[in-house]
Amino acid sequence: MAVAEISNTTEKERSLWEKSLARLMRNKIAVGSGIVIILMLLIATFAGKVAPYHYAEQDLLANNAIPEWMLFLLPEGAENYANFSDAYLLSADHLGRDILSRTIYGARVSLVIAFAGATVSLLIGIIYGMISGYSGGRVDSMMMRVVDFLYAFPFLIVVILLQTYFKAIARRGGGEGFGSAIINLNNDLGGMLFLFIAIGLINWIGMARIARGQVLSYKQMEFVEAAKAIGANDTRIMVKHLLPNILGPLIVAETMAIPGYIFTEAFLSFIGLGVNAPTPSWGIMISEGVQALRVYPNQVFIPAIALSLTTLAFNFLGDGLRDAFDPRQIDV
Amino acid sequence: MYRYIIRRILQFIPVLLGVTLFTFVLMRAIPGGPFDFAGDRSLPPQIVANLEAKYHLDWPMWKQFTSYVIGDDIFGWEGGSRGVIRGDFGPSLHFRGQQVSDIIAVTLPVSAQLGFMSLLLGIIIGIPTGIIAALNQNTWIDYISTFGAVFFLSVPNMVLAPILIWIFALKLGWFPVATWGAKPPYLLGFLPRLEQLNADYFSHAVMPVFALGTAMAAGFTRLTRASLLQVIAEDYIRTARAKGLRERVVIGLHALKNSLIPVVTILGPAFATMLTGTFIVESIFGINGMGKHFVNSIGNRDYQVITGVTLIYAFVLVIANLLVDISYAWLDPRIRYD
Repeated sequence: MAVAEISNTTEKERSLWEKSLARLMRNKIAVGSGIVIILMLLIATFAGKVAPYHYAEQDLLANNAIPEWMLFLLPEGAENYANFSDAYLLSADHLGRDILSRTIYGARVSLVIAFAGATVSLLIGIIYGMISGYSGGRVDSMMMRVVDFLYAFPFLIVVILLQTYFKAIARRGGGEGFGSAIINLNNDLGGMLFLFIAIGLINWIGMARIARGQVLSYKQMEFVEAAKAIGANDTRIMVKHLLPNILGPLIVAETMAIPGYIFTEAFLSFIGLGVNAPTPSWGIMISEGVQALRVYPNQVFIPAIALSLTTLAFNFLGDGLRDAFDPRQIDV
Repeated sequence: MYRYIIRRILQFIPVLLGVTLFTFVLMRAIPGGPFDFAGDRSLPPQIVANLEAKYHLDWPMWKQFTSYVIGDDIFGWEGGSRGVIRGDFGPSLHFRGQQVSDIIAVTLPVSAQLGFMSLLLGIIIGIPTGIIAALNQNTWIDYISTFGAVFFLSVPNMVLAPILIWIFALKLGWFPVATWGAKPPYLLGFLPRLEQLNADYFSHAVMPVFALGTAMAAGFTRLTRASLLQVIAEDYIRTARAKGLRERVVIGLHALKNSLIPVVTILGPAFATMLTGTFIVESIFGINGMGKHFVNSIGNRDYQVITGVTLIYAFVLVIANLLVDISYAWLDPRIRYD
């Protein structure tokens, strides 16, 4: 009987997921955005094969090289100083590095941050929020007081300070044992590890609030009571029964938060607190491009377009997911 | 209500103290100090030690912190700090001879003017667009404004700013490329003086304000539209229509006020985003504001400036959040704080 009831709920739950998925598939902009993101993931994964050059490969004779068709972007009189060369499809930067290749490799940082930041914050947020909501009573109010306290912190400044700290530690290097292993791993990843620790550590708070709210609304329901009646322990109830039900809104919220992670990474790189040189990141490229804006405006546009396109895709996908998973949506 | 406000203000104390402690300790834990370099040369260790002794960086951490927050004179310590609680943010360690309070007094007004105008732009463009979109739901007006909103939310200001500069300053030459139009002394400490409020001031302000304000406008558009659509579907709107009220009254009096409640909620986060934006926009436009100063002082390890500016940001944020919560109660009489 109990088994039948549980399998019944999971089946109903699955059909709910299927309905949402079907709704999502009907949203052409969201599907298009999903395809753009998948394409970007493929390009980032196979950057070594796709990019015409390696990101650190430089030719000082080709500094600021620009193909002729891009001349219209430059200020008047540029033909007198410009270094025309067709070797670089979308021009080269001030060190003679191919901007197209660097933009392609730069996708790695942004996309890794998008997914790693989301995973870290989702994991911490779900665990914290579920424990808080499920325990209730004094534990809940204590845990939520901590969240409220942290919520009043100026996030971005905390991220900036943490990242300054991490970067300085990593630059000094050395040490022994676990600490140095982490630092070495971070340096091997071009400084990305600390970046997503910093970003994920800050963003779990919102997720924890949503998870708690969801658990509070589900834990009084019959299927939880039924699970309790057949002797399931708390961990099992949380993982097997509550988690599948609350995951939808959390994933939607997380997708909507991803552009924020990408922005934060670009921002940190822009002010020099992002990945280590010469690893390319769109934020660093934009920051370098801005410095050359008066003479070579073309250099800022390529990474700028890539960055905007990515966040645009994630925003549209997030919107589509929200519309598809909103339980108030009437199915036609 | 008053008790609620007082309780909230009392809650500021641990938050601000926490922020200060976090910044204070973390900055000092970071390898590298404010006296590592003088220009390009590194300083000999004796001079560094002397400088650290002069600024009392050789004191134990708890003593430095107490001195910073409360002041030296109370405990009879030898330093000259009067403590943050009495408005003394201490001396800058990088710009020697300057007080952090003086730096803030010069740079904060610029950031505040920039931020305030951007917020205003966001509200003036965002809310009406959201209303128009909602009232014309599923028409091309709605589609264009919704698409535009997502588009401008997705274009970060570090992208928008160079594009604006390229088009309007370099190609068209309409606006100056950089800097800010107003200089101290400021009216009431933060407003530009009246004689400075000329075409020059605004032509300097247009691009940075747009770079900061469009994303905010997009956020307001999206939220206003969603919220108004939800309110219009409520029963009391149908009642208002059923009793024969004109559409203008139904929307203007009944629907709008209630639909603005969620919009007010994002004013708090919008404030935070705006602060973030000022870091970037001020660096790109070469504006001598607090954001640019903050970013530079991290590289300089200027502990005092970083802690001071962080504290100001935290203060602005908690005040903004409190004002948001108070305006809730004003907009929605069902919300009661006790």
